[in-house]
Amino acid sequence: MAIQYEIVIGLEVHSELKTASKIFCCSSTEFGGDPNTHICPVCLGLPGVLPVTNKKVVEFGIKAGLALNCTIAEFSKFDRKNYYYPDLPKNYQISQYDLPIAEHGYLDITVDGQQKRIGITRVHMEEDAGKLVHEGETMATSRYSLVDYNRTGVPLVEIVSEPEISSPEEARLYLEKMKAILQYTDVSDCKMEEGSLRCDANISVRPVGQKEFGTRTELKNMNSFRALQKALEYEAERQIEVLEDGGRVIQETRTWDEARGITLSMRSKEEAHDYRYFPDPDLVPMVISQQWIEEIRQTLPELPDARKERYVTDYALPVYDAEVITGSKELSDYFDEGLKHTANAKALSNWVMGELLKYINTSGLSVAGVDFPIPPANLAELVELIDRGDISGKIAKDVFADMQEKGERPSVIIEARGLKQISDEGAIAAVVNEVIAKNPQSVEDFRNGKDKAIGFLVGQVMKATKGQANPGVVNQLLRDKMK
Amino acid sequence: MQFNALTAHELHDRLAKKEISSVEITEAVFKRIDEVEEKVRSLVTQTRDKALQKAAEVDMKIARGEKIGPLEGIPVLIKDNMCTEGILTTCSSKMLHNFVPPYNATVVEKLKQAGAVIIGKANMDEFAMGSSTENSRFFATRNPWDKERVPGGSSGGSAAAVAADETIYSLGSDTGGSIRQPASFCGVVGLKPTYGAVSRYGLIAYASSLDQIGPFAKDVRDCTRVFGTIAGHDPKDSTSAEFAVPDYTSFLTGDVKGLRVGIPREYFVEGTDSGVKELINNAIKKFEELGAICEETSLPHTEYALPVYYIIAPAEASSNLARYDGVKYGYRDESAEDMVTMYMRTRSEGFGTEVKRRIMLGTYALSSGYYDAYYLKALKVRTLIKQDFDRAFENFDILISPTAPTPAFKFGEKSDDPMQMYLSDVFTISVNLAGIPGLTIPCGFVDGLPVGLQLMGRPFGEGTLFRAAYAFEQNTEFHLSRPKL
Ligand SMILES: [Zn+2]
Repeated sequence: MAIQYEIVIGLEVHSELKTASKIFCCSSTEFGGDPNTHICPVCLGLPGVLPVTNKKVVEFGIKAGLALNCTIAEFSKFDRKNYYYPDLPKNYQISQYDLPIAEHGYLDITVDGQQKRIGITRVHMEEDAGKLVHEGETMATSRYSLVDYNRTGVPLVEIVSEPEISSPEEARLYLEKMKAILQYTDVSDCKMEEGSLRCDANISVRPVGQKEFGTRTELKNMNSFRALQKALEYEAERQIEVLEDGGRVIQETRTWDEARGITLSMRSKEEAHDYRYFPDPDLVPMVISQQWIEEIRQTLPELPDARKERYVTDYALPVYDAEVITGSKELSDYFDEGLKHTANAKALSNWVMGELLKYINTSGLSVAGVDFPIPPANLAELVELIDRGDISGKIAKDVFADMQEKGERPSVIIEARGLKQISDEGAIAAVVNEVIAKNPQSVEDFRNGKDKAIGFLVGQVMKATKGQANPGVVNQLLRDKMK
Repeated sequence: MQFNALTAHELHDRLAKKEISSVEITEAVFKRIDEVEEKVRSLVTQTRDKALQKAAEVDMKIARGEKIGPLEGIPVLIKDNMCTEGILTTCSSKMLHNFVPPYNATVVEKLKQAGAVIIGKANMDEFAMGSSTENSRFFATRNPWDKERVPGGSSGGSAAAVAADETIYSLGSDTGGSIRQPASFCGVVGLKPTYGAVSRYGLIAYASSLDQIGPFAKDVRDCTRVFGTIAGHDPKDSTSAEFAVPDYTSFLTGDVKGLRVGIPREYFVEGTDSGVKELINNAIKKFEELGAICEETSLPHTEYALPVYYIIAPAEASSNLARYDGVKYGYRDESAEDMVTMYMRTRSEGFGTEVKRRIMLGTYALSSGYYDAYYLKALKVRTLIKQDFDRAFENFDILISPTAPTPAFKFGEKSDDPMQMYLSDVFTISVNLAGIPGLTIPCGFVDGLPVGLQLMGRPFGEGTLFRAAYAFEQNTEFHLSRPKL
């Protein structure tokens, strides 16, 4: 009988905090910029300089910790993590070792409709490293490499999960939820493409029922949610295959090769690192008052889970809709704004999840951008116009297309194009009579009990009115007249 | 009159009265350097043009009738581990032989704002590691009292230059005795301030939790003036304390009646030169004569200070000195074909033997599996040492002891035996571990070599140290003796 395996995954998420200046100096954290323009003696680690902690970073660290249901440390400190690499100007990284800012939290994900809670081991603050630009493919094959220290000292939080994630899909859901939470709390932009959200994964497999963990590998270089899931799926299969063949999984760091869809071994020598952590003597330990923690707690916004709950309870949205919309803060804020202009939450949700998302995906625009042509009030107005019977759903799609182009309110577009639905019975009756006169066969069929025939007749009326007739009124009139 | 032989306060009075000019003082200093530097070798860099330019500016200010500050127009020499914008800052190391900082250390900035005339940078043990200045990668500095002998270290250049009248005063740094021991060997006044009293921003770190910058001066009054200028909170240094800097000259009353002076018995043990012991006993008698109450006390954990220091300081150094890798500035081995070889060769050649020894010691002490047994335990013992002092200061205003167990030793005498060299700091190290202030003043001579008396005080109790030291100085003449060069 074949052995059943289970997968054990733990994630390490790095997220850049969106403070204006770096963690230990006044240099700008702005993304981009010419190489080595956002630097100063402190973040360059020049001889003699000293770090001074940016209070905003600690505030954001606490905020992230609170949003992840953690206990905030009353006493916390920075430590030095010692290792040599040219992108690290001091050859040590200021990080946190045994007294992180926050511990013992969790976040909830929904898997196949079921809620699952994933433990958060710790949240700690640290400084980012710089960027190497090689003349060739790698340092080894280059005649020279250049270093850009613009990112050096940009504040990061590292968030470590418990090994409680049981599938690659759960891992993706965890990371998506993490991104949403960090965006809602406004501590990070979480742009994976700019590297402001990064994720490493530890994964092992073991026969179902075995208590001890299997040997784990660490996966790096997954640059999208999809890549994370794919890499974990590949790696789980690879490990199972190794075990099935009677081999042993080697503890090592592996990199995800997106193009080939496989994980590749990096030097396993790296595992032998002894970082020689010790408290940074240049920084004094932080004593964090309950009062400060409470002040920060007061600034926490409504988080995705609470918002989802509100959509379901107050607006009777299906759980699925509520999840999709709250999965993105921008989208959810858009939806909330729209709700101020229409009471039909379900209809608005349908438009947001349907036409609006389709448009966002094809246009690449952000709903929060100043240049976004469809403000939430306009989409809500469109929903209202349909509800009032001013336009049909079919016409509404045309109007929506115009709204993208022109950025105008739907009522203005309808007025200008004369698209307003005709509901006046007198105006429709004439067309109905005409259609009945022209299609005796269909009328005959209907009277003989072929109910389907009415569809054809309605279609003819709609065609004659260029789709503007109210289909409900048309239907009723036809039935009345053919009795 | 040899202006270079005067104190800063004497020169200030004459400047204010327009009896002399800053340019004359500065020229006198450089004339002296030209005469004796070949014998003393205390400077690694001279900034003659900049100094004379600054002096001329001060003279213009005086000519305009403007008031000048106590250090304005007075020459100063700065230890070469403090960053000076646009001026070589080498730590007397091959590793930084070409390093020109783009910024000023806070102390340098403060001196500049006070109108000081910076004449150059002082030789030192490489990266402040050593007790004789023999570890300078450039040349050894000689003791002005005996050219066969070391000036002490690591701030040997700063101490020797003051003793040789090559400067009016100087700045040094003290991690385990690096100001007080050379001041003792060279017969000048030297202060290691309370940890956090002077900003470390721009001081090239050796051991961050122990390093402090302090002055070398020809008398106690000058010492108070320099300390008063460089002390104070600095937002650029998280470990600098927020405290009100008093007018330290107000402590120079000459009166020590009723001052409670503790004599820690652990500082009067075997291994100390008998001549030194006698001078310290004379000093104790002098304090009693002046009305102080001198009693024996105990600092029971004293014997652990040296081993604790040689774990904590190298551990911090191993990390602080990691940045010197040939990538960004300073020395780089150009022959290497790959990065790791470049790292290894750069650090093997760029650092001297003692620096490499301490980096290895520290790396070992912080290694996984050894951290608890060494570093963590050392931190705990450090707390005990600090508590010893806390307890002693419940009963005493100051503690006194020899600054060093012996007068200046000969070149090569200890350079082959690190343990013997380390023992020359046995009386000064506890003060750094406890973070308290320590002041050394001349208290006599053994075979023509100066000996220092160490005064230790409560945290931020520098004023009390100045009070006691000034009273002693007013009633003795040791500080007036000058070496013959
Ligand atoms: Zn910076």
